[in-house]
Amino acid sequence: MRGGWLRIYAITYLVFLYLPVILLPLFAFNDGTVMAFPLKGFTTQWFVQLAGIEALHGALLNSVFIASVTAALSVLLGICAARASTRFRFPFKAPIMGAIMVPLVLPEIIVAVSLLVVVVQVLDLPLSAWTVIAGHTLICTPFAIAILSSAFQGLDQSFEEAAIDLGETRWGAFKNIILPLVSPGIVASFLICFTISLDEFIIAFFLTGAEPTLPVYIWGQLRFPTKIPAVMALGTLMLVASLIILSVAEYYRRRGVARVGGKDSGGFL
Amino acid sequence: MSIISLQGIEKFYGDYHALKGIDCEIAEGEFFSLLGPSGCGKTTLLRVIAGFEDVSGGVVLLGGKNMAGVPANKRPTNMVFQSYAIFPHLSVAQNVGYGLRRAKLPKAELDALVDDALEMVGLSGFGGRAAHALSGGQRQRVALARALILKPKVLLLDEPLSALDKKMREQMQTELRRLQRQVGITFILVTHDQEEALIMSDRIAVMFEGEIAQVAPPQELYRRPVTRRVGEFIGVMNFLDARHIDDNSDTVRFDIEGIGEAQISHAQLPSGARAFAPVVGLRPEALSVIYDAPTTPAQRVVEGEVVDLSYYGDMTYYEVLIDGTTTPMTISMKNLAARPVLERGARARVTWDEGSLVVFAA
Repeated sequence: MRGGWLRIYAITYLVFLYLPVILLPLFAFNDGTVMAFPLKGFTTQWFVQLAGIEALHGALLNSVFIASVTAALSVLLGICAARASTRFRFPFKAPIMGAIMVPLVLPEIIVAVSLLVVVVQVLDLPLSAWTVIAGHTLICTPFAIAILSSAFQGLDQSFEEAAIDLGETRWGAFKNIILPLVSPGIVASFLICFTISLDEFIIAFFLTGAEPTLPVYIWGQLRFPTKIPAVMALGTLMLVASLIILSVAEYYRRRGVARVGGKDSGGFL
Repeated sequence: MSIISLQGIEKFYGDYHALKGIDCEIAEGEFFSLLGPSGCGKTTLLRVIAGFEDVSGGVVLLGGKNMAGVPANKRPTNMVFQSYAIFPHLSVAQNVGYGLRRAKLPKAELDALVDDALEMVGLSGFGGRAAHALSGGQRQRVALARALILKPKVLLLDEPLSALDKKMREQMQTELRRLQRQVGITFILVTHDQEEALIMSDRIAVMFEGEIAQVAPPQELYRRPVTRRVGEFIGVMNFLDARHIDDNSDTVRFDIEGIGEAQISHAQLPSGARAFAPVVGLRPEALSVIYDAPTTPAQRVVEGEVVDLSYYGDMTYYEVLIDGTTTPMTISMKNLAARPVLERGARARVTWDEGSLVVFAA
């Protein structure tokens, strides 16, 4: 029964991975301030409570703003890099592309501390939403490049040449043919960057100014035991939002691959 | 008057010499093919004409105008790509009308032109279809309509039939030919398929390693290849060692391996050749296996052994080793009731048509 052991392994793996996450909604609906079993009963009061916290709304707006700008910047940079890497040949291409992708695996704490030093000591800038955006763009761009590269790669080079052959300029061919064809990849990478930025804590913690992002706000609330259930409720909402956004992103990524008739070559989901 | 004049075209990719001084004139209204094995530079040459590749040297004249510095989108050429490059996010009609978008025609006029173009390629009523829902043959037709709607001076076709299955390919060959006659536009076809080139072209340029080996109409190319390599590439050709004996007033005498002495008329010789290669060519259909006694006393017969055969239904291709030779010759025979197919190992009597011997210049 080799299959049996493998199945047990797979199930254990999934439980280990997702059990803590499932605890989140469990306690969010639990009628009690202490996070312990047995559960006390069903309530939605923590969600109601959430609606009344002003500081939370500020943090949420702040996070959405940062995530939107970060996603837009990352996608823009990602489009340029993905096109360069798939369409053109230039000296030191591999090391350059490698260097761009490295933030994907750099420890975030290192990135955060270095950025803090650069912003405060070297550039002497005040910490604000923009410093967080800069940090988030750094870590989100590799994700955008990875998704967009697969979109650009699946694209037959003849599409662009055919458009030029039919009278388009280079820019016209890019705008009218290439961009629409990779648009599912653009949507997908935007949504993934948005989610990453929305959930990111370490960089935001170091680089945020007077107005915290949502994760930083949540971290601050954990010091007050009475507020924990509300944080659980908030976490539940963020979890659901993240899952929805990632699913939509994956839908677009797959649609993009199918549209240009390419083979699916990975992705993050 | 030639619509395209290629003068000393050179193309380097780094150290790689892709085109080595191509000179070629292509006449207006001609169906011209660039034929050669992969890597011979035929597609590069097509892309040079289209304006997708810069030349390293030489001049491209299109309709008498020098194309140096003229980008692809400003040239009076249109291209049918090997992959067809039908824009998948647009409808068939939007694809076909794409090149006319800049002309800013009234909608009714544009629609009429698109309909005409679709009708021309046999796709009437397909305008509203999504491009990605088309079959290979239909894509090809859309690509043709999209290019021809712009009434280019020259239509460039990059291996347009290679992605189709055999039946569809044969159908498209005739159809492309018909279309070309109908529109009267110069077609330049790139292909590695010699049969396709023979069927479709007015003239064929055979290319090897960045050079044109021969430019000729199909019949001349088949019957009078200028080099052994061209003869080998176009159809099947047997090669026999040959020794030039002497010249008479109207014939030249050769001593040919296996079949003996041959008198070859001057008209049959490569024009302007002073010396001849020590080999002659003979097509499979110029050789026959005979079943009865020679019909005329002048007909000469040699004997050999059938070492192999391929039966095609209508034809049988024999590999016959003529006595006293070392390389079997390919002989094609129509299968008729009176011609039983010989077995492997059988003895065969072989005759040949002296007038079909191909002599190469040294």
